[in-house]
Amino acid sequence: MSDRNRLVELFTEKAQLTSAIVARVKTLDEALAYTVDVCEKKEACQILMSGCESELSDKAGELCDGKPGKVIVAPALPKADFARLRDMCQAHGIHCLSGGMRKHLGGVDVGFTIAQGGFVETGSLVLDSDSEELRLATMLCEVHVCMLPVSTLREKSYDVAEQTSALASDGPSYVAYVTGASRTADIERVLAIGVHGPLEMHILLLED
Amino acid sequence: MQNAHDLKEYRGELSGALHNDFLREALDRFAVAYRTSRSNAFSGMDVDGLIKEIADGKDAAMARLDELLAEFTRKAEAAGAVVHVARDAEEANAIIADIAQKAGVKRVIKSKSMTAEEIHLNPYLEARGLEVTETDLGEWIIQLRHEGPTHMVMPAIHLSRYQVADLFTDVTGAKQEVDIEKLVKVARRELRRKFAEADMGISGGNFAVAETGSIVVCTNEGNARLVTTLPRVHVALVGLDKLTATVRDALTVLRALPKNATGQAITSYVSWITGATECQTAPGGKKEMHVVFLDNGRRKLAKDPLFSQVLRCIRCGACANVCPVYRLVGGHQLGHIYIGAIGLILTYFYHGKDKAKNLVQNCINCGACKAVCAGGIDLPRLIKEIHARIQDEEGHPLQSALLGRVLKSRKLFHTLLRTAKSVQKPITGGTPFLRHLPMIFAKGQEFRALPAIAETPFRDRFASIKPKVANPRLRVALFSGCVQDFVYPEQAEAAVKLLGKHDIDVTFPMEQSCCGLPVQMMGEREASRSVAAQNVNAFAPDSCDYILTLCASCASHLKHGYPEILADDPVMAARARTFAEKIIDFSSFAHDVLKVAPGEFTADGKRTTYHAPCHLCRGLGVTKAPRELISTCGLDYVPCEEEDVCCGFGGTYSMKFPELSAELLKKKLANVEKTGAELLLTDCPGCIMQLRGGFEAKGGRGVRVIHVAEALAERLK
Repeated sequence: MSDRNRLVELFTEKAQLTSAIVARVKTLDEALAYTVDVCEKKEACQILMSGCESELSDKAGELCDGKPGKVIVAPALPKADFARLRDMCQAHGIHCLSGGMRKHLGGVDVGFTIAQGGFVETGSLVLDSDSEELRLATMLCEVHVCMLPVSTLREKSYDVAEQTSALASDGPSYVAYVTGASRTADIERVLAIGVHGPLEMHILLLED
Repeated sequence: MQNAHDLKEYRGELSGALHNDFLREALDRFAVAYRTSRSNAFSGMDVDGLIKEIADGKDAAMARLDELLAEFTRKAEAAGAVVHVARDAEEANAIIADIAQKAGVKRVIKSKSMTAEEIHLNPYLEARGLEVTETDLGEWIIQLRHEGPTHMVMPAIHLSRYQVADLFTDVTGAKQEVDIEKLVKVARRELRRKFAEADMGISGGNFAVAETGSIVVCTNEGNARLVTTLPRVHVALVGLDKLTATVRDALTVLRALPKNATGQAITSYVSWITGATECQTAPGGKKEMHVVFLDNGRRKLAKDPLFSQVLRCIRCGACANVCPVYRLVGGHQLGHIYIGAIGLILTYFYHGKDKAKNLVQNCINCGACKAVCAGGIDLPRLIKEIHARIQDEEGHPLQSALLGRVLKSRKLFHTLLRTAKSVQKPITGGTPFLRHLPMIFAKGQEFRALPAIAETPFRDRFASIKPKVANPRLRVALFSGCVQDFVYPEQAEAAVKLLGKHDIDVTFPMEQSCCGLPVQMMGEREASRSVAAQNVNAFAPDSCDYILTLCASCASHLKHGYPEILADDPVMAARARTFAEKIIDFSSFAHDVLKVAPGEFTADGKRTTYHAPCHLCRGLGVTKAPRELISTCGLDYVPCEEEDVCCGFGGTYSMKFPELSAELLKKKLANVEKTGAELLLTDCPGCIMQLRGGFEAKGGRGVRVIHVAEALAERLK
C-alpha cells in the first residue's frame, strides 16, 4: 500500500472513531454537491435537533425564531467557487451565505470549510480560523462539512508543529485542531453530541 | 470545599459523603471504566517515556520561567494582546474587574478555568455588578447550584440527570424531561443567548506558548471557541506554570492530557489564539485581548528544590480518577478547589494550611496517583511532606508525638510490645485476635478483628531456626519489620525455611526496629529520620548480598524512602543508598534470585487468588513474580477483580479514618469472594492483618489469608 493510501485509511478509521463521517471526493465541485446534498437530506430525515423544539425560557426561544429556512454558509471560499455553490443552492431552494454570521446566532444548517491540514493519529483537522466568520460558521452550523486535501495529511500531531507555528506567528491569529463534532459527557458521563457546536462532522478527503 | 474546623468535623463530612449512594455508584462506575479507557487510549505508546518527556520539559520551562514570560509577552504584545502578571488572587481579580470596567462590560461568559476557580473570580465580578455565566455544561450546572467542582475535568460528576432536570426546570421556567440528550440541547439554547449578549469572554489556558505568544485552550464542547470569538473583549487567565517554550512542547503534553483525563485521544477542539484577533463588533474590528498570568505562589514554588515538581501538573485529574479515597467520597471532600492528590498539595500552597490541614491526612499512601501522573509527580511523598510541615508549624497531636517518641527508642518500643503481650490474655480470650478491646482503642474498628501479639517474637526464635549452611550461595540479612517480628513471626520463619533449603546464609541483625513508615505517615519527620538511621546502622550492608524483607511497605520505604529521608545527612546519605540498593522483597527474591521450580513443591491445586499490595505492585513495580510463584508451588491461580486496588489498611490511616478503611476492605473482600478461592495470598503483613481481620469480623468463614512465603514453605518437599 502506498504511504498516501495508508494515511488515508488510518485517518478514516481514527476520524470515524470520533463519530465523524468520512467520504472521498475528486474535485471541489463534488465536495460542494455533497454539501448541498447533506443540507437537502437533513430536513427530510429530521435526525438533528439543536434544541429549538425544547421547552425553553422565552429569551432563549427568541433566537430560534429568526432562521429563514435552510441555510448553507461557506465563509472562506474564493469568489468564483462561492458563486458556483450559490447556484447549486438556489436550484434546491437553499440560502447560501458567505458571512454575516452574527445575524444568525440562532444557528444555520450546514457550514462548509476547507482544512489546511490534518493528522492521522487522532483523525484531526487543522483549520486556519483567523476569519471570525469561519469561526462562527463552524460553531453555529448543525452540520460541519470540511474538505481536507489528502496532500496535507500528516501522521502525528508533531508533524503539524511547524505548520501550527507558522500559522500562529506574524500577527494576530486563530488556529484550531478540530476532531469530530462538539461533545460533552458532563451529565452522568453519558456522551452527548452537539452541546455548543456542530452535531455532525463530515470530512471530505480531496484526492489532490 | 474545605470548611471543617478540625479532623472530627472533617470525618463527619466524609461520613456524609459515604452515604451518598448516587455519588458512590457514579464514582465506582467511572473508576472501573477509566482504567480500561485510559489503557486503550495509550495502547501502543511508550507511556513512561512520554511522562518523562513531559516532566523534563516542564522542569526546564519552570527553571526559566521569567525568560519564557518575557518571550511570551513580546510575541503576544506584538500581535496586539496586553499581558498582565498578577502577584496573587486579589490582584488578578482586580485586574480583570478593571479591564471589564474600562471596556464598559456588563455581561461576561466564561469557558472552564480552574485558575478562575482558584481565585474565586466569579463572586468577585458579580459583587461588582457583572453578570457572569459559565458555558462549559458541567461548570454551568454547578454555577447554577452555587457549588464548586468535584472533578477537574468533569465538574458535575457528582450530580444525577434527575438533579440536572430539576435545576433546568427552575432555570427555564418550563418542566424538563429526565433525558440527558434533551437536557444538553436545553443548555445549548439557553447558553446561546448568553453568548449573543456577552461583551467579555474569559477563558483559561492549557498552555501559554512563548514561541508564538499563543494561548491554547482545549475543550470538547467548543464553548471556548465561542467564548473567545463572540464578545469584543477576551481575557485569558492562566497560571505562570502554563508557560511552555514551544509548540512542540505543548503538543507533547497534549498527547497525554485528554488520554490521561478521560481516556479520550484528543479533545474535539484545540484552539491556538494569538493576539487581537478579528472581531467585527469591536472598535477597529480587532478584539481587545488580555492575558492575565497568575503567580499566587508559583514563582516561589518554581524555586523550591522539592516542591517545584508540583508545577508539572497538567490538570488532567487522573490522580483523582484512580484514588481509592476519592472514589469513596468525591471531590468536595477530597479537595478544596483543586481535587485529588494534587489538590491536597495545591490547597496548601494556594489556599493555605487551614484549608489543607485535614485534607492532607486523608491520603492512604497507596501510590495509585503517582503511577498515573502525567508529570511524574511524587504525589504521595509531597502530601506527607506537607502534613509534616503543617504539624511542625501547628504543633504535633499527642498521639502522633507519642508514637514518634516511642519508636525513636527501639528498646522502649519492644518493651512495650512485650508488656502488651503479657497482659493481653483477657482481651484475646486465648485466640489469635484481640476480642475485647477497651473502648478507647476499639472505636470504629469493629469492621476487622485486630491480631494478638505473638507468644514469642521472631527475634527470640531466630537463633533456634537459623539454617546451618556450610557453603552458602548467598548471604542474606533479614529485615522483619515490627508486624512479622511481633505479630506474625511464622511468616518470616517460612521464608527462613525456604532460604535454608537453598543454601542461603541468613542473619537477623538484632538492633533493627520498625521501618518508620508509620511515623512518616503521621508527619513525625524527626522520629522518621532517627529510626531510618538506626536501621541503616543496624545492618552492615557490606557483609550481605541482599537485605530481604517480607513486608511490601517496609521494602518500598527502605528502598525509596530512606535515601530521600537521609539525603541531607552527610554521614548517612551514602550508607542509606548502599542499604537501599540491597533491599529486595520476598517474591522477587524467591522468583528472580532463588528461581524456585515446581519440582521443589508438592502441588495441591487449591483455588488461590492474590491481593497485590500497593507498595509492592506500585511501590516496587513487582507484579509478575508473586503470581508466577503461586503457580510454581502448585496452586491454581484465579485472578481477582481490582487486584491492585488498596485493601484499605494504610497503616495508621485505618486508625484515623476507620470508616473509609472499612469501605475499601468491604469492596476488596467482596472481590475476593467472587473468585471462589479458598486461599488468598499477598506479600505484606499489613495487608494480611487487614484482610484476615476482615474475614474474621465477618464470622471467620471462607478464605484463608497467608503470605506468599507461607504458601511456598507449606508445600516444600
